[in-house]
Amino acid sequence: MDWFIHAETVGHKFALMLVAILLFVGVMGAILFGIDKLKRVPTWAVVAAFLGPTLLFVVFGLVYPGLNTIKASLYDAKGNEFVGLDNYVTAFTQDQFQTVLRNTLLWVVLVPLVATLIGLVYAVLVDRTRFESMAKTLIFLPMAISLVGASIIWRFVYEFRPDQGNIQQIGLANQILVWLGLDPYQFLLNQPWNTFFLIAVMIWIQAGFAMTVLSAAIKAIPDDITEAARLDGLHGIGMFRYITVPSIRPALVVVLTTIAMGTLKVFDIVRTMTGGNFNTSVVAYEFYTQSFRAQNAGLGAALAVILFVLVIPIIVYNVRQLRLSEEIR
Amino acid sequence: MTNASAPLPPATLVDPEEVDTARKPSRFGRVDARAARVTRKLSSPWASLTAIIIAIIWTIPTFGLLVTSFRPRSEIRTSGWWTLPWNPGLTLDNYQEALFGSSTSLITYFVNSIVITLPAVIIPISLALLAAYALAWIDFKGRAILFVAIFALQVVPIQVTLIPLLSQYVSWGIAGSFWVIWLSHSIFALPLAIYILHNFMKDIPPSLVEAARMDGAGHVKIFFQVLMPLLTPAIASFAIFQFLWVWNDLLVALTFAGGTTDVAPLTVRVAELSGTRGSQWQLLSAGAFIALVVPLIVFLSLQRYFVRGLLAGSVKG
Repeated sequence: MDWFIHAETVGHKFALMLVAILLFVGVMGAILFGIDKLKRVPTWAVVAAFLGPTLLFVVFGLVYPGLNTIKASLYDAKGNEFVGLDNYVTAFTQDQFQTVLRNTLLWVVLVPLVATLIGLVYAVLVDRTRFESMAKTLIFLPMAISLVGASIIWRFVYEFRPDQGNIQQIGLANQILVWLGLDPYQFLLNQPWNTFFLIAVMIWIQAGFAMTVLSAAIKAIPDDITEAARLDGLHGIGMFRYITVPSIRPALVVVLTTIAMGTLKVFDIVRTMTGGNFNTSVVAYEFYTQSFRAQNAGLGAALAVILFVLVIPIIVYNVRQLRLSEEIR
Repeated sequence: MTNASAPLPPATLVDPEEVDTARKPSRFGRVDARAARVTRKLSSPWASLTAIIIAIIWTIPTFGLLVTSFRPRSEIRTSGWWTLPWNPGLTLDNYQEALFGSSTSLITYFVNSIVITLPAVIIPISLALLAAYALAWIDFKGRAILFVAIFALQVVPIQVTLIPLLSQYVSWGIAGSFWVIWLSHSIFALPLAIYILHNFMKDIPPSLVEAARMDGAGHVKIFFQVLMPLLTPAIASFAIFQFLWVWNDLLVALTFAGGTTDVAPLTVRVAELSGTRGSQWQLLSAGAFIALVVPLIVFLSLQRYFVRGLLAGSVKG
């Protein structure tokens, strides 16, 4: 039994991986095979075979823990005493948490807007040009990089060296400041601007996503519309404002809401760049701190629920747009 | 990466590049040819400049760290990477130390990442394929409600599920093993996977499925012989998506794997290094790129499929 649980050597690990894959495929295969062989199989049995494992996983892993967390948020730090809404009150009134909420709001507003704007502008600029493919790849590349990797890359860009004597800057951002004749700046320490410099990292990553989806949407705009507009004398910015943007409105909504939801969950960037210090923490990171470091299960759970509640309106809006755009079609 | 955990409009199998080809102006006729040339150039030099500036800003940070990872430690500490032409000297020492150095041994974590990611891609896709098929092509009572329910589960942020799951794993005695990570990643991926694959399945012409059913094929046969071959691009798209997501994940690994060399993936170790060895850029830069290289290769070589997966839900305007 222990062989299955603790793997230490490389060979052991790969063996375990193969075991898992084969085991899983084997069991699924057996279920399906069994269903196929039986002559008259009632529909419910087939449905159970196809959907059963999924439902099991999902109820166990999402529904039950979700309900559990909501319950835990109503209890104290150790999970023993029922405290009602105390944790939520703390989360909304205590100073440090108000900062957290303020930061989260900044993230959720700025990242989608700026990333979408840059993505849109870039998509329009490179649309149908010779270097389109490569140009898009360059912007899209940060999406493949983990948030941790991106954080390290940008921490290096923001690296600070005091402006004394022979000390040179090693971070590009400060070097540019020095070239411009300004003093080097502690990007990650100075509040409240440090939050904006963290936000920049997320924008850097998400612009590629926005660009990709919007580029496809732009290409899907029917030619007759753009031709008609061009014949009417519309070019450049005018074309952009009156034809392009309104035509891709559903895509814009999808992009904005998807990025907003992703941003709410940002945890890696804050953790890697500042460790949540210097008033840069956000709800998703604070959840982690409270639950695992401060051992305050109740407050951590409350923060998780707050996160959940913040995500819901975004998704509802997304789905409503979906329904609307489908009706138009 | 972003977890594109949003519901996206219904998918098509349309390749955006094909759309573009179909709309290229015809090459016949002088007027058309001229129009073609005009659309090929950028609208103005300012536009070109803006695009180039954006592209540079987007690439330079990564490039900077890459160059740094090849510089000797003494150089990194005293001068910026842009001074390379004046301070030449590249070395592989940093990578050597990061991968095999006893205190960092990223090679072990690299193996862990592979071991974690592959099953975490295969398992949810298999489950989602079956579930999506049932929801798309098997007619049963409560199908619509079930689909909406599963779709709605995309709303649940994983933070809400972590602590209870962890307690459960601990009480079962399997906490800290690969199994819990595989299980957790699979669970979290299911709602979106089912949604995307369901959309792709709905796009398959019903006539094909009907024909197979006429021939007496049961659901299982239809699934394997009719649908699977047609769904390969969709599966590839989501597989790449999920691969990148799991490989780059930090929170799930941190929660369920802790920090041991036995199980923790690259992201956890690199994040740890960033905290404990924050100023040792020679290690951090090499470490970051070791963590980056696999997703980057996967992404660049299979970019087409990745984009398609992202657009699953390609917008029809």
